[in-house]
Amino acid sequence: MNSLTNRKKVLASKQMNFWERIYLPAIINGLSITMKHFFKKRTTVYYPEEKRSFSENFRGLHSLKRDENGAERCTACGLCALSCPAEAITMTAAERKPGEELLYREEKYASVYEINMLRCIFCGFCEEACPKAAIYLDGDIAKAGYIRDEFIFGKDKLVEPINK
Amino acid sequence: MDIAFIIEKLILISAILGISLVIAMYTTLAERKFAGFFQDRVGPNRAGPWGLLQPLADGVKLFTKEEIIPTHASTFLFVLGPSLSMFTACITTAVIPWGQDLFLFGRQVSLQVADINVGVLYVFGVVSLGVYGVMIGGWASNNKFSLLAAVRSASQNISYEIAMGLSIIALLMMTGTLSLREISEQQAGMNWNVFYQPLGFLIFMICSFAETNRTPFDLPECETELVGGHHTEYSSMKLGFYLFAEYINMFVSSAIMASLYFGGYNYPFMHLISNPNVAALIGVAAFFTKILLFIFFFIWVRWTVPRFRYDQLMKLGWKVLIPLAIVNIALTGAGILIFGK
Repeated sequence: MNSLTNRKKVLASKQMNFWERIYLPAIINGLSITMKHFFKKRTTVYYPEEKRSFSENFRGLHSLKRDENGAERCTACGLCALSCPAEAITMTAAERKPGEELLYREEKYASVYEINMLRCIFCGFCEEACPKAAIYLDGDIAKAGYIRDEFIFGKDKLVEPINK
Repeated sequence: MDIAFIIEKLILISAILGISLVIAMYTTLAERKFAGFFQDRVGPNRAGPWGLLQPLADGVKLFTKEEIIPTHASTFLFVLGPSLSMFTACITTAVIPWGQDLFLFGRQVSLQVADINVGVLYVFGVVSLGVYGVMIGGWASNNKFSLLAAVRSASQNISYEIAMGLSIIALLMMTGTLSLREISEQQAGMNWNVFYQPLGFLIFMICSFAETNRTPFDLPECETELVGGHHTEYSSMKLGFYLFAEYINMFVSSAIMASLYFGGYNYPFMHLISNPNVAALIGVAAFFTKILLFIFFFIWVRWTVPRFRYDQLMKLGWKVLIPLAIVNIALTGAGILIFGK
């Protein structure tokens, strides 16, 4: 039968010759290979002390952005939650009271905004869905925790600090 | 027997025991470190600078672990197994000559615990006793994997002891003595036995790998087939004793290889040093350097060569090493006949 790719190789189980059978040259060869690796540069990154540099479009922890006046951009439209394939985002909307104009940009804002980091798959769909440019995945890698509740990030952890 | 003699021997014995335990401790660290280096990693580096406190952390961990003796295990034998392993590993050091005599306080102090004239035989006796630790432990665990490992270990040791003994016979034909001190003394200068007995040394070394249960001959504790082998049921310090005994055995067989084939405490230009104490101490340092190099070689081989299959192991032992050792004896005999030593 003709081969379609011309990459077919016929393998033969050939008899080993004397030098291959006494096994020692192979061992010495192997030892020299491992010795080469002994002196190679280690590829380890000593994690807590030094961090691997991430690419420009690395998707890390989410942050809720503020506008140039320091007011929260999020208007609790729920598009991020809708677009989230892992259903990690929940929020409660609230109406802005008079006098809170410096805190929230629109008349509606999210009084509760929670992301479950155990569910989140860091796909970045929320970032793409957001019409107000309020959420970006520009943070660090997600931290480890001891209990599941630690992974539900509320506004205290998500909203970026005022004087950034 | 005067009191000074007893004190001298007591100090020597505790020093040797301490040194071999410390070396075994740090061999565990070296093994993990070097394993890392061979695999482009860094190895343990969190406990102390460069991970130097890692063996202590391991020791504390093993001591504080829960000690479990299975209900259906024979308690006496279950405890005897690791104890015997550890005991036999430690007593081999008694006949190894660590250096030339020192002259201290007007006394000639021998750096050998017992210069018995059948030193080589003593080593062989103790080494073959060593397998009982594994065998009894595996049998007493009342676990089929442990028992299989025990059976394997026993047959492996029997097979390789023959080749080991035969390779030593060729050496004894040359040296004409069984005393390790005399064998060491004969190798003064660069007159090392390995240059006269390269084949014998190769066989002896392969057999030492098999006797110490090191890769590629670590079938008794073959994880892939036998869970943990003979120490499957062991926990706490009893497990620690088994693992530790392996490292002491490694140290001891390195010492024996160094003293039988690599000149022991001899080093080149030894006769140029006039002060006998200084010469002896440098000799001790040279001996330990050789031992550490051998230990490094043990580790190096472990992270290079994969484990044998059981039938390959038996084939290598019976069909390759034993005939080779016999050929080596014949060659040595012919050599002595023609060249007269």
